[in-house]
Amino acid sequence: MSVVPTVDMKALLGPVTLPWPILASSGCCGYGRELRQFVDLDELGAIITKSVMAQPRTGWPTPRMAETTGGMLNAIGLQGSGIDSFLEHDLPWLLDRCGHTAVSIAGGSVDEYGELARRVREAGGPRFLEINISCPNVESRGQVFACDPHAAAKVVSAVREGAGADLPVFAKLSADVADIVDVAHACVEAGADGLSLINTLLGAAIDARSMRPVLPKVTGGLSGPAIKPVALRCIWQVHAALPHVPIIGGGGVFSGVDAFEMLLAGASAVSVGTAMFRNPRACVRIRDELSATLAERGFTRLVDAVGLAHEGY
Amino acid sequence: MTAPATPSAVHAEVVAVETFDATRRIVVAAPRIASAYRPGQFITVAVGDDLGMPLPRSFSIMDADPATGLVEFAVSVFSRGTAWLARRLPGEVLSIVGPLGRPFTLPSPGACCLVIAGGHGGAGVYRLIRELTGQRNAIHLVIGATTKARLFAVDALARVIDAGASSMTVTTDDGSAGLHGSITMPLRDLADRHQPEIAYACGSMPMLQAVSLELDGRMPLYVATETAMACGFGVCLTCTLPIVGADGLTRMTRSCVDGPVFRADRVRWEAIGTVPANCVGGVV
Repeated sequence: MSVVPTVDMKALLGPVTLPWPILASSGCCGYGRELRQFVDLDELGAIITKSVMAQPRTGWPTPRMAETTGGMLNAIGLQGSGIDSFLEHDLPWLLDRCGHTAVSIAGGSVDEYGELARRVREAGGPRFLEINISCPNVESRGQVFACDPHAAAKVVSAVREGAGADLPVFAKLSADVADIVDVAHACVEAGADGLSLINTLLGAAIDARSMRPVLPKVTGGLSGPAIKPVALRCIWQVHAALPHVPIIGGGGVFSGVDAFEMLLAGASAVSVGTAMFRNPRACVRIRDELSATLAERGFTRLVDAVGLAHEGY
Repeated sequence: MTAPATPSAVHAEVVAVETFDATRRIVVAAPRIASAYRPGQFITVAVGDDLGMPLPRSFSIMDADPATGLVEFAVSVFSRGTAWLARRLPGEVLSIVGPLGRPFTLPSPGACCLVIAGGHGGAGVYRLIRELTGQRNAIHLVIGATTKARLFAVDALARVIDAGASSMTVTTDDGSAGLHGSITMPLRDLADRHQPEIAYACGSMPMLQAVSLELDGRMPLYVATETAMACGFGVCLTCTLPIVGADGLTRMTRSCVDGPVFRADRVRWEAIGTVPANCVGGVV
């Protein structure tokens, strides 16, 4: 299927304009090298890198994943090479091949987040930063800054300062909170240009044969079609409360219609993750399906669908 | 190690499905995969009529023919996903990604080889054995399983193995066919008698570990590992194993892109399921 040319597919995310609305989610596309075997990276709205941390990390023991009905749990533990190696080897490679690169950063402390932002800004090139304050696979829930509006705001402020005025900042939030709108408000007030909704949900799987948890650390992050309704709820609530704040919506998007639903709920662009595990060309297929879906319904511009479901509510 | 060819994501029509020993052998038309394939590589196959099982399943490529564009793999039914695949019919279309991973390193022509296939692991060495035959390697093949019904490809491989310079030994844990005992039982004797220069093994991780222990570094041993993986092409980092690199340091290493074939002496067998204390961070 080819892209229907009559729909303007540009995604407007506040200070960031992307040529396409479908983004490859952080943690599902590495730093682009593997995905490039299957897709031209400029066919994506953006690549959001796997979260980069200050130091190299080994990640957790295996098994690190479990398929569940309509989803999967992962417990990788942010395995990665650290910011020095990323800036030396990975970011330059990616910037050469993808005009729309976003860097996801994850820190163990507020200062570390600020420092990571400063390092990425100094390196230059990325279109925006995504702050991963919501990875469930960290040593303690106390480290999940997105669980507390005050902690989330402190991280966003530090990143804002490190990123300077010209590098836009999106905060990726968790749905595992009492009120996601409170956290969203706090992040925006602290200087976030936009929000990314949602990270994986904290889940667990038990093996009925061994009668023990499937994952050695018991819990993991749930993704896939099973979490799409939760993502739509979060996008809806945040868009209703903060209609002018751009949202990257994601969670279980596997089709163009799924992406369309995210737009209607209030997302300005849509991230795709787990679907790429099933097929590495998923982002391109979903983009083309979304274009056709919009055309079939008479849209000439993608932006006109953003938040449309809120009319009358 | 040999650099892998570029994989493709394709929609492949099922050409034939048949019972093959205790498995279902599925043949698909996938010319790009067939022409890039090297023995030891694998594919991932999406399963299910809906998204209830969102992750693809991975299979060793059993055989592939660049001339016809056909690719074969064998499905052992042990879960809903594999049961769905076993019910496929000719004419249906599967979403397949491959060939994935690093292939086996082939020996020099004429060299004597030991090949060990446990259970349906026989699928992973099926093509390798034909290529070894093609380059006139003497092959001492050991096929083992828990019981006779689980033996894989014994008849098919018996036709390939040249009885003159090569040999085939069958073992079952329960003695229902061949030698009564574990697959490791005949290995030392075969190694003593034939002095193989290189060995290959395919099967479950405990079996591969037992084979590695038994052969104890007497010759280079290449193992095709089996791990739980979500993507198969290197992005999800779920399939990592503690592997010692060329620099002597252990890293949690992706078995999908840096394996599935590893030299057995690089695998920290005792540490699988853990992150060893001296493991260094990062992604290779």
